[in-house]
Amino acid sequence: MTEAPLLEASGLSLRFGAVPALDDVSLAIWPGEVVAIVGESGSGKTTLLRVLSGLLRPDAGQVTYRDPEGAALPVHDMGEAALRRLMRTDWGFVHQNPRDGLRMGVSAGGNVGERLMAVGARHYGSIRAEALAWLERVEIDPARIDDLPRTFSGGMQQRLQIARTLVTRPRLVFMDEPTGGLDVSVQARLLDLIRALVADLGLAVLLVTHDIAAARLLAHRLLVMRHGQVVEQGLTDRVLDDPQHEYTQLLVASVLAA
Amino acid sequence: MTSTAGYNFAYLDENTKRMIRRALLKAVAIPGHQVPFGSREMPLPYGWGTGGIQVTASIIGPNDTLKVIDQGADDTTNAVSIRRFFARVAGVATTERTREASIIQTRHRIPETPLREGQILVYQVPMPEPLFRLEPRVTETKRMHALADYGLMHVKLYEDIARHGHIAISYNYPVMVNGRYLMAPSPIPAFDNPKMDRMPALQLFGAGREKRIYAVPPYTPVRSLDFEDHPFVPIRADAACALCGSRESYLDEVVTDDRGGRIFVCSDTDYCRERQAARRRDAAE
Amino acid sequence: MAYVAVKGGEQAIENAHAWLAEVRRGDPAVPELSLAQIEQQMSLAVDRVMAEGSCYDRGLAALAVKQARGDLIEAAFLLRAYRTTLPRFGASLPVDTGAMRVRRRISATYKDLPGGQVLGPTFDYTHRLLDFALAAEGEPPPPAPEAPAEETAMPRVTGILAQEGLMAPEAQSDAEPGDLTRQPLAFPADRSLRLQALARGDEGFLLALGYSTQRGYGNAHPFVGEIRMGEVSVELVPPELGFPIEIGEITVTECQMVNQFAGSKTEPPQFTRGYGLVFGQGERKAMAMALVDRSLRSAELGEEATAPAQQQEFVLYHCDNVEATGFVEHLKLPHYVDFQSELEKVRQMRATAMREAAE
Repeated sequence: MTEAPLLEASGLSLRFGAVPALDDVSLAIWPGEVVAIVGESGSGKTTLLRVLSGLLRPDAGQVTYRDPEGAALPVHDMGEAALRRLMRTDWGFVHQNPRDGLRMGVSAGGNVGERLMAVGARHYGSIRAEALAWLERVEIDPARIDDLPRTFSGGMQQRLQIARTLVTRPRLVFMDEPTGGLDVSVQARLLDLIRALVADLGLAVLLVTHDIAAARLLAHRLLVMRHGQVVEQGLTDRVLDDPQHEYTQLLVASVLAA
Repeated sequence: MTSTAGYNFAYLDENTKRMIRRALLKAVAIPGHQVPFGSREMPLPYGWGTGGIQVTASIIGPNDTLKVIDQGADDTTNAVSIRRFFARVAGVATTERTREASIIQTRHRIPETPLREGQILVYQVPMPEPLFRLEPRVTETKRMHALADYGLMHVKLYEDIARHGHIAISYNYPVMVNGRYLMAPSPIPAFDNPKMDRMPALQLFGAGREKRIYAVPPYTPVRSLDFEDHPFVPIRADAACALCGSRESYLDEVVTDDRGGRIFVCSDTDYCRERQAARRRDAAE
Repeated sequence: MAYVAVKGGEQAIENAHAWLAEVRRGDPAVPELSLAQIEQQMSLAVDRVMAEGSCYDRGLAALAVKQARGDLIEAAFLLRAYRTTLPRFGASLPVDTGAMRVRRRISATYKDLPGGQVLGPTFDYTHRLLDFALAAEGEPPPPAPEAPAEETAMPRVTGILAQEGLMAPEAQSDAEPGDLTRQPLAFPADRSLRLQALARGDEGFLLALGYSTQRGYGNAHPFVGEIRMGEVSVELVPPELGFPIEIGEITVTECQMVNQFAGSKTEPPQFTRGYGLVFGQGERKAMAMALVDRSLRSAELGEEATAPAQQQEFVLYHCDNVEATGFVEHLKLPHYVDFQSELEKVRQMRATAMREAAE
């Protein structure tokens, strides 16, 4: 890859009291690729996602984002206004619990249209048309455009959250356990949808998951975390088929056994 | 009535007036931005116009002429009470004529007669925060204004159209001031909003209970929020004033009997009086 | 010196009561307050005590105020306790506020209307400047100007709106209303029970809740459709007679708040009502009650209940100030037996923690 990476992080460290949540973590992600961060709970993967997306400040290290013009922006020093703008346009964040990423008291259409309006869309008809198109794209019945998310099933809420996030065609999407809390058949459908969208839109995705199978389905590259450290990384198939680190071997073995 | 000997000119002490004027200057420098100020307890209750009164008290001088209206009329009890207050504690000239006033304190209306450069319109404001119904926490709305993050309001307008076919706000209709700050114009009818746009007079807003001041300097763009395909339309009753015949002014509905009888009259009493006088003159000629 | 157990609790209480009686009377050189003075010149205090004491009797309420040294919650408590002793021999017909002998009637929703805006004896337009002339006892004020009462009808504002179909109608029912002074409150509570609880609820608490709904905690757009204050007759149908007779007259204040209802897919937008009714001239209470009544209707109107004023249990459990003061003040009673257990527990936990830290 000769292109510059979209997001680059080096030397990230963070302690919560005595506990090392992140211990000298570095990574990079290129446009259009899906990188999965796997590990068990307490491994630091969610903390890493939050640091990379600017929600949490590390004790040491930096995170740099390259904007569409090619400028290198320091994520933790760009100022709250710039970061918020980025979150509304170029970036997306899909929360594990869709209630954290949706306005539950606002209709599905309003949820999808909000980011468009936040970047200046002022034509109701067009906003609504775009919302309808996105609902179809995430396989939600367009007739439900005026319904409130609290009348949707968990899987539908999650698909709505994805639509809401992707409507401004972000280049980089952070996903925190997007299938967590959903039952198995619903999970499979959601993963297929995410795979199709990623391919169609050329998204770069940083995906945190404890589900190895989901990682195998979606990710080009894999980072394995344990106790705040990246113990192994590489192409997904290589890591999963030929794990080098003993922890990775354990992880893979437990999936096969299950 | 009680003697007012021993009170400073316009009731407030000079330091308080200075504090309020500093807040006003800051407000004028940042059109539409809410400036906190140390609002004082006044002899009228919160909700009766203490913010407007404090603003007026801080800017009024012995050579000013003051007009006070409530719902557009000079003779409503609240307007009478406030005008009497200033007559007593400031001894200033008062008037009911919009054209003759240098300061106009108003509750819930903008006068129909267009204002000139050099006049000051002081609005009484109950809730200065345009987002309060959507987000009551002031800590949150402060951040939204700082980051110009008004998604919550746009979503509300979208929802109105999805649910009712049009924006369902009839008074205190939110406006964008100078292209930067979302502002609550105070509970004036939406009909009055266009008068705020590039008004030659200075517009000052005082919220006593909520302790905020804001301002729109003369000739500042003020736009009511809308969508391109659902443009803002000012609403008034589709009738003529029963007294002066106006079909342009904002009208009050007066119920005349308990069988549904009603008439409409201009809410702005000075404007109506002027039109009636003009009609009589025309008739006489 | 060895510890001697404290005795003489009864004597201490007697002494406390004697001191209380002395303090209640105050300096004997100062003339004693008469019930007539309290009833006449502190009539709003008397009104509040009747409302929260849930018993209409001006003389008794004035006595309660005197006995309670001006503490109005203590006075309401006295009146409630007295109320318990009263036998109930029937229920009146619903009071007809439409037939009220109106002393004050205003509407904020119309500039003018049949019956007019009757200001009545109100503080509303006074300037709150301490009047030092009142410090001295002087001549009574000159009589207020009088005019013969007009016989024009005073239709309710909500009636005017209802004619156009703009006012959502109230559910009609002849069912016996619940009585929470006889049966404990159970949830969900229907509207008649909620209104009863609010009518005897603490003015300060309801005022704060009502205020919160105006500031965005709960989405009200309230207007005062009408406030009316005056005398209404109380009528009873004795079983022996079979027809209603008037047994007396009471003063009440009624407030009808008009609120916008967004409508739904099946209902066009209409105005909805918040209702307040209170003994005496209790305008602040009647208005606060109307705001909270409307707020508690959020569930039946399909609105999301996010704010404290919309939570039935929160509002109705905490609005009775006699209950509230009882429980809050009961903390003054001895609790040292429980506290002793707490002491032992805390000492034990600290000892364990310090031992572990040392390891």
